[in-house]
Amino acid sequence: MAKPTLLDVYKYLPQTNCGECGEVNCMSFASKLLERRYKPSDCPPLVKESKYKDKMAALTKLVAPPVRAVVIGKGKNAVTIGGKEVMYRHELTLHNPTAIAVDVSDLDPPELIEERCKKIEGFKVIRIGDELKLNLVAVRAASADPSRFEKAVEIAAKSCSYPMVLCSFDPTILAAALRKPEVADSRPLLYAATKDNWREMVVLARKYNCPIVAFEPGGLDELKSLALTIKANGVEDIVLDPGTYTDGAGLRDTLNKFVMIRRAAIKAGDEGLGYPILGVPAITWLDGGEDPVKSYEEAYLAAVMMARSADILILHTLQPYALLALTTLRQNLYSDPRKPVAVEPGLRTFGRPSEDSPVLVTTNFALTYYTVANDIESQGNNCYLLVANTGGLAVECSVAGGQFNASVVKNLIDETKIETKVKHRILIIPQLAARLKGDIEDTTQWEVIVGPRDSSQIRDFLNKNWPPQKN
Amino acid sequence: MAGGNDDINELVKKVADLVQKFEEIEIENVELSTEELRIIIQPLVQTAIKRAEAALKVEEKPPELIKATFTPYLEKFHGQIAEVQLGATKSEGGTRGKTLKIGGEKTMPFYSFEASNPNKPVFAMDVFDMPITLTKPVKQMVEDVMHDPAEWAKKCVNKYGAQVVSLNLVSTDPLLEDRPIQQAMKSVENVLQAVDVPIIIGGSGNPQKDPLVLSAAAEVAHGEKVVLNSVTIEMDYKRVVKACKEHGHALVSFTPMDVNNQKRLNRLLLDEGLPKNQIVQDPTTAALGYGLEYAFSLEERIKLAGLMGDEDLQMPILAAASNAWGARESWMKVEEWGPREIRGPLWETVTCVALMMAGADLFMISHPATIRVAKKLADSLFGEGVCEQKIENWITSLK
Repeated sequence: MAKPTLLDVYKYLPQTNCGECGEVNCMSFASKLLERRYKPSDCPPLVKESKYKDKMAALTKLVAPPVRAVVIGKGKNAVTIGGKEVMYRHELTLHNPTAIAVDVSDLDPPELIEERCKKIEGFKVIRIGDELKLNLVAVRAASADPSRFEKAVEIAAKSCSYPMVLCSFDPTILAAALRKPEVADSRPLLYAATKDNWREMVVLARKYNCPIVAFEPGGLDELKSLALTIKANGVEDIVLDPGTYTDGAGLRDTLNKFVMIRRAAIKAGDEGLGYPILGVPAITWLDGGEDPVKSYEEAYLAAVMMARSADILILHTLQPYALLALTTLRQNLYSDPRKPVAVEPGLRTFGRPSEDSPVLVTTNFALTYYTVANDIESQGNNCYLLVANTGGLAVECSVAGGQFNASVVKNLIDETKIETKVKHRILIIPQLAARLKGDIEDTTQWEVIVGPRDSSQIRDFLNKNWPPQKN
Repeated sequence: MAGGNDDINELVKKVADLVQKFEEIEIENVELSTEELRIIIQPLVQTAIKRAEAALKVEEKPPELIKATFTPYLEKFHGQIAEVQLGATKSEGGTRGKTLKIGGEKTMPFYSFEASNPNKPVFAMDVFDMPITLTKPVKQMVEDVMHDPAEWAKKCVNKYGAQVVSLNLVSTDPLLEDRPIQQAMKSVENVLQAVDVPIIIGGSGNPQKDPLVLSAAAEVAHGEKVVLNSVTIEMDYKRVVKACKEHGHALVSFTPMDVNNQKRLNRLLLDEGLPKNQIVQDPTTAALGYGLEYAFSLEERIKLAGLMGDEDLQMPILAAASNAWGARESWMKVEEWGPREIRGPLWETVTCVALMMAGADLFMISHPATIRVAKKLADSLFGEGVCEQKIENWITSLK
């Protein structure tokens, strides 16, 4: 499928170069629109002026990604999945991070359902300025009993503000839950339509305006048939589940299907498969098993699916190590590859350092720098931090690769004129650079103290070692 | 008639609720006792009926399932990744009991719907020629053998399932022990005798000394098809290339996170007359949470470029997943993150499997759990093992 060109896009802009969007002209807006830095609605005249109505509609269609963006839930916790347009993140960037749902079973006692829901919403980790969190609660009708499911959904809705995935292959069970006023208008994801129940499921999706999963563990012919049928019956927000097998050749086939589905959408413009992909790592618990083995297994399987285009995952584990690893991987894979790796080298000041304050050294790899800077700040240290130009490499890599060396440190000392700011001549270097201690001392004539292994230990380290003992 | 008014209010409220929920209304059961009530209710009933009609329309049964066929979109790659042999048996001039091959891809990793890649990824474990600082979960596994590289290597192979031993001669570092080269070679001989799997021989990372150490190791391991780890653009790589060719080994071409630099160094090595099938490239591995995305995208780009025919990037890729142990999440005691005894290995495992999907062929691993899991994953992705899972009713059958 041919991607729209700059001129294709330009055609639908007002071409007045009014600058209201903040760009110098429409052409510049067009190029950033193609890079996904803008949406059509970021052009104020297109939105405001009725004469552009047709252009707006055409442009929106033109730049719509080959994988439909599907919204689950409403309000501030709504999740958008899909919207993908490339196979590999280096080609552009990946949009709409993989949404993570964790399941609760309606067979569990109410207290346990409540506890799990609270844990789902309670999982929050701040990592380099981002909040890592889960996104959805998947309520599973394990009982196959409508009233029991209804009750579980009610508890889940009360104890967690995240959108829900309602899981049952029985439409009457989903209908029971959807009738509840707190659910009817909340746009949960309906899991799932199959080749047997799709008629009733489509009706529910239409009636309650919900996105719906097409589940077909057979072949991709059948999955595509199901998706096309759902769409022909008036439901456009579809999510594809080709079936998740977590073992042996089944796992191979599952991941192959993920790639084939995504390829079909992006490379061949196959409209029947241009939808987000759903994986169920929770299936690994199907044959029983216990923590930590199962949580471990589920975590790496989910990681593999995430690396293979999964747009939404249903997990069972709530172990923090599993969730931390997965949400971190998601943060990595969905970061913008166009963002620079490095920060400006030079001198940074923290708190109110005096001429007796310590001088620390780190590298200009963005992640290293922000981690160290955040730690120094949150621990309330007063100090100087010299940021060495290692070409945007972390400490360990740049020591190994030679970018972090004594002469780089010497230049840094000279350029920042740090000796005019402190009386002492002592540098604290990261423990991972310990082997450079002698070299740096010889080259700079500063004394070198090997600091902690990790910046989280800086305060403790300084408490013990600063000011340094005079011999 | 206060009570009557309450009744009316109650009834109106009920009807209003019902209207909101699109439910049918049983009008005949409503006792219309006063004119007033009728006036209040009438418009509501009308709306309710209209809505119910609309709902009915929505509920019309749709027709049959549309039949569709799916044709996979297949890429035609003109290039193929070089295949590098690790280790040599007696008949091949070495003494290894087992040899392995890496690389040889015809398509992206595990895209078996498109083409069959010939080799599974291979997992090596690190051994050091002197006791070094290790994080606790790793140290626990090898503490009893850290004084003896040969014992350490044996434990990795026999107990932990390492397919390759990666011996790092860190003692030669002038900034550490500065052990003389000849003395360091003892460890190479001992490890070669202790295990019969292929080995990787690493230097200390010192650009002046490594060419000497690696050339000496090449000589000592003559004919064994070891992998010399590594050469960089700053060092006297020509010396290592020469030794590598003379003694029939492979070497690692290491660059710090830049595809163009990787290409340049690979080209220089090729120009020295070292064939592709004696080069493994290491574009730098960053750990999960610490730049993994750069390694991930580099590997995907390099693999794709190689498949599309870029001769300078058609070498198998090495990834040091063991760098994950540098991440604080793998070793720091933080209660909210769960026990580090599990969290640590998982951090390495996730780093490893993510890079497996991106295209790495040979891995450095520190923890046995990662080896076990990653091997199993590779087997599955090569279609080994019958899957007996019945997932059609997973919603009800999940424990």
